[in-house]
Amino acid sequence: MPFVSPEIFAKERLAAIQDYSILSWRAVVNLFTRPRYLADIYTQMDYIGVGSMPIVVLTGFFTGCVLALQSATSLEAFGSVSLTGNLVALSMVKELGPVLTGLMVSGRNASGMASEIGSMKVTEQIDAMRALGTDPVRKLVTPRLYATVFMLFFLTIMSDACGIAGGALISVALLGLNGSSYFHNSYRALQYGDVVQGLTKPLFSGFIIATVGCYFGMNTKGGTQGVGKATTQAVVVSSVFIIIVDLLVTRAMIGVFGR
Amino acid sequence: MADLAQSDSATLEQQPDSKEPIVVVDNVSIIFDVKPVLQNVSFTVQRGETRIILGPAGGGKSVLLKLINGLLKPDTGSIRVFGEDVSTMRETELFKLRSRIGMVFQESALFDSISVGDNVSYRLHEDHLPEEETHARVVEALRFVELENTIEKFPSELSGGMRRRVSIARAIITNPDLILYDSPTGGLDPITSTTIIDLVIKQRDVTHTTSLVITHRIQDAYLLARSRFNTETGKVEQIPNNGIDDSTKFLVLNEGKVVFDGTTEELVHSTDPWLKEYLS
Repeated sequence: MPFVSPEIFAKERLAAIQDYSILSWRAVVNLFTRPRYLADIYTQMDYIGVGSMPIVVLTGFFTGCVLALQSATSLEAFGSVSLTGNLVALSMVKELGPVLTGLMVSGRNASGMASEIGSMKVTEQIDAMRALGTDPVRKLVTPRLYATVFMLFFLTIMSDACGIAGGALISVALLGLNGSSYFHNSYRALQYGDVVQGLTKPLFSGFIIATVGCYFGMNTKGGTQGVGKATTQAVVVSSVFIIIVDLLVTRAMIGVFGR
Repeated sequence: MADLAQSDSATLEQQPDSKEPIVVVDNVSIIFDVKPVLQNVSFTVQRGETRIILGPAGGGKSVLLKLINGLLKPDTGSIRVFGEDVSTMRETELFKLRSRIGMVFQESALFDSISVGDNVSYRLHEDHLPEEETHARVVEALRFVELENTIEKFPSELSGGMRRRVSIARAIITNPDLILYDSPTGGLDPITSTTIIDLVIKQRDVTHTTSLVITHRIQDAYLLARSRFNTETGKVEQIPNNGIDDSTKFLVLNEGKVVFDGTTEELVHSTDPWLKEYLS
């Protein structure tokens, strides 16, 4: 990597933040003016939402299983193995469900968006689209943004449910707990603020995945090597952003709901 | 393509001042990073004119075409297309203007995830034209480039020359008032290049659409200047008695500067040493 002066480096970073902000703003407001590409939104919802279902279900389920196994070891020391359901439900709904789903979908779709749009960029298809009178942000970015935000919300619910089910399987089959008591404890452990916190996070994660993926795609340079670089950057940056924003949202929610 | 010709003449009638140039490039310069790509480029293109842009690779020809279509903004100078200053227009305003401009990209730039038919009809779908009318116009445009049997195929199933012809069909389907050809023969074998140039000649002589054609192949440029489309035989032929097409003019760029701007006759008789060496 070539070295650049701190001034040029700072200017480049600021310009990137400016470009990212403009792209995100345009992607959001485009839905409120014509033309709207609703068919593209449905296509993306199918690809992002339905297409990500297997990895989200598997990740959620096995995370719930591991969580039950690990927590039981610690809880046993205090004679509180029966609280496994509480711990699994709270961990899955408040933290692991939203974050892991965000990271998995980021790995699958932020990379997909960056490579697809990046390939279009380097083969002049984006310029061709503009030359044909179509706004590429409206056609490519807006549908991906709304589809990701909408579908990630439901994917997180799926992940939470599968995680709790996975915890139940381990609790009943390996820890010898009563299934009914596990679900009863899980239900009792969750409060309104926990659910709101868990379902607010995917809205931010969805926004990050789509805007970061599309931003790197739209700014791809340098042929196929550039597409590979954009794809990697999209996954890395969106994953880091998801975790940072998770911390900020958690702190804000604790401030609002007190837990 | 009789319909195309009719609609073009209708467009001509709508113009208040048919003598006003279609494209006016005035003192345009652009720098990428620290490298000047175009320096003080000025020229005009009149209605019905075919302007061939010649020059070595890396001379700023493609950048010039993108500037004219508003895909790039110049650092200095102005570009007027149909009387409107594209260098200061917002992107949303440019979308309307571009509905009057067709562009053929260097590497075709077809949308690879949709079929040839959908590529050609892209703009018609954006305008929500009825499906029957759209299909008829797609078939007509593909017939013009002699590829009507590829309507269901995907771009990846076509050869380079066929993709370039589909790109021409996509550019002409809306009967634009200005066509920009960015190296339509670049990277193609001589026989396929001649086929593409024949299509450019056919489009020029049937609809008399104003066009800018980039090429770095001098033989393609001379073919354009010395040939005509015979509507009776449906073939491109050499203009008799070593004749030259009056509507075809040349612009030669080298290292971002205009080296020559004039007619075929003037180009051939130019005494500029660099130009003489380049043309030889």
